[in-house]
Amino acid sequence: MSLFADPRWGEALSHLADYLGNHVRVSLAALALGLVVSLPLAILTRNRPAPRAILLALASIVQTVPGLALLALFYPLLLLAASVTLAWFGASFSAFGFLPAMLALALYSMLPVLRNGITGLNGIDPALIEAAKGVGMTPQQSLVMVELPLALPVMMAGIRTAAVWVIGTATLSTPIGQTSLGNYIFAGLQTQNWVFVLFGCFASALLALAVDQLLGLIEGGLRRRSRLRTGLGAVGIAALVAATLVPTMGRSSQSYVVGAKTFAEQYVLSALLRDRLQAAGLSATSRSGLGSSVIFEALKAGDIDLYVDYSGTLWANQLHRTDIKPRAELLAELKTALAKENITLLGELGFENAYALVMPKKRAEALGIHSIADLAAHASTMSIAGDYEFFSRPEWAALQKAYGLSFHAQRQMQPDFMYAAVASGEVDAIAGYTSDGLIAKYDLVALDDPRHAIPPYDAILLLAPKRAGDERLQAALKPLLGKIDIATMREANLRASGNDANSSPDAVARWLWEKVGKR
Amino acid sequence: MIGYTHVTKRFGPLKAVDDVSLDIAEGEFVAIVGGSGSGKTTLLRLANRLIEANGGSITVEGEDVRSVDPVALRRRIGYVFQSGGLFPHLSVADNIGITPKLLGVAAADIAARVGELLDLVQLDGTAHRDRLPEALSGGQRQRVGVARALAAKPRIVLMDEPFGALDPLTRDALGDDYRSLHRKLGLTTVMITHDMTEAILLADRIAVMRGGKMLAQGTPAELSKSSEAYVLELLRTPRRQVERLNALLPQSGSV
Repeated sequence: MSLFADPRWGEALSHLADYLGNHVRVSLAALALGLVVSLPLAILTRNRPAPRAILLALASIVQTVPGLALLALFYPLLLLAASVTLAWFGASFSAFGFLPAMLALALYSMLPVLRNGITGLNGIDPALIEAAKGVGMTPQQSLVMVELPLALPVMMAGIRTAAVWVIGTATLSTPIGQTSLGNYIFAGLQTQNWVFVLFGCFASALLALAVDQLLGLIEGGLRRRSRLRTGLGAVGIAALVAATLVPTMGRSSQSYVVGAKTFAEQYVLSALLRDRLQAAGLSATSRSGLGSSVIFEALKAGDIDLYVDYSGTLWANQLHRTDIKPRAELLAELKTALAKENITLLGELGFENAYALVMPKKRAEALGIHSIADLAAHASTMSIAGDYEFFSRPEWAALQKAYGLSFHAQRQMQPDFMYAAVASGEVDAIAGYTSDGLIAKYDLVALDDPRHAIPPYDAILLLAPKRAGDERLQAALKPLLGKIDIATMREANLRASGNDANSSPDAVARWLWEKVGKR
Repeated sequence: MIGYTHVTKRFGPLKAVDDVSLDIAEGEFVAIVGGSGSGKTTLLRLANRLIEANGGSITVEGEDVRSVDPVALRRRIGYVFQSGGLFPHLSVADNIGITPKLLGVAAADIAARVGELLDLVQLDGTAHRDRLPEALSGGQRQRVGVARALAAKPRIVLMDEPFGALDPLTRDALGDDYRSLHRKLGLTTVMITHDMTEAILLADRIAVMRGGKMLAQGTPAELSKSSEAYVLELLRTPRRQVERLNALLPQSGSV
């Protein structure tokens, strides 16, 4: 089959208007804000070495913060600001998506603009500044007629660098709720859909190139005093923005937004929930690839309307509990606690996605390992891998304490690669997920937890405060409750981990509904 | 037209100009001669307040410069910069017309004035007016520099080593051309140079500076009566050069 005959290209293309439009808008808004702040600062500090040094140092520090971390930092910051404005002025704003992404990206764009602006202005031959003064220019006239035009090529180079950086970094704004071309990359990475990953990379690279060339056109026009070139470049940028606005005009703001975290099971479940709502005649969209800490806050703030979380996760992260209770008790207590925040725990889907220590079945049998207690005896010569959060979670501390576990080495991995790594013997054990289809695929075994160190992780359906009394919504979702058993979810997850057209979250969600809908 | 009275300018501990007095009459062409660090450029820049004096007083056309807005002052005094000082991003015409433009002269009037000035400094208007400075030779650039200084019809022109970086032939031609412009337009000119020959050939009166002090001032004949050894040494240089040239080039008879 030819590479381009793959139907996933078509699916990718169907999202393009939405993803690209959001990407262009957030990038250009960030760039514009960055310029509005940085250029005056560069001009003001051009003859003041001390503030200039401080400014450049600050901008450099911002640049050393990884893009993903900077974006992630802005979410809680804005959340705090939103709660303050709510308390003081009675009005609030959404700390989700566009605003944090734009602010973080604007900050990110400042270094090249500032540095090149200052370098450009300071690099002007002092004799020319003296000549400007000598022919009778005021300082402002000298700036506008001589210094800025002469610094322009260097300044524009900085602006173009910033544009490319911002467009590239904007792909990382997906986890804080800003739709971008990064949605392809995050979704593709999580569901092993390389078509999506490639599509996202190419689209953002092409966008960066196009914007860079348009800015180049403006630069050339300004330098050669050609109104035609400047105009063409400006029209090009404006057309890009306008083109991205058109497809989103008609979108209803009344639609339900289904959230999903950054792994395959979540992509499948959010597609399933969206399909159910649409089947019930409700307008629904999914917002995928949200960070684990962002998604709950987004629900609380009403930026998303519903999503699936896991009881143990909320128990530890939201209630900050470290004790472990039996399944039903934990759920009941969680429901009461969430109700206090007006969040509806509609019910369980029927399966659990708990952490479990996983190793190859054959090796476990050979070593006589059936439970984590058996593993503990061998741990000192073994290595273990977990996802990015596992080793800092209370479950890991509880496991270590309950079984006296001490591994020779521990590594963090992208969840989708862990299973292959343990199957190939690269690591001896992993902290996997009980609902993961790869456990069966790679012939692995999830070890028993006889001391109940790991809390229950029932998949639960949560509704935003503003949807608390929404009968139609609840009626549309009720048929799913208790219907999805662990075996079915594992099979669905296994399908989603495939690398063909039937493995897209949408296709797997349809398969899942066919399987559980008649139950 | 320009009067310096006991003028002092310090840069930190250094006295760049030390108690200098000099009067320049209307229509006069005065050259200020000295080596590097003598304070000659500083003295010139004090006249249009590119820098401010620490002591003494300076008058231009009878007014104390401190009582005049510096920007307005600079717009009515022509200034020719060392090696041109042309704005590289502006065409020849835009460079020349800059001061009238700052003064709010209408674009059509500026265009006509630029044409006159190009004729005045003997540059071909049609060939040169839309070029950028980088497309001109050194001599052409300095002609544009002179035209720019004259654009707003100043009565005073200050020149900072205007011909220093040019080849000797261009330099002679430009010096002579400027000298006739000076007469024709009735200008008052102050020119900085380190070259006594140039000063003698072009100026009515010469002021000699060294270490921030005014050593002597007067016509070449008056200077030759100076008691300062440095002044006499400077005056001897042109003649000594001629003698050496005559010795090295006997077949040409005389230089």
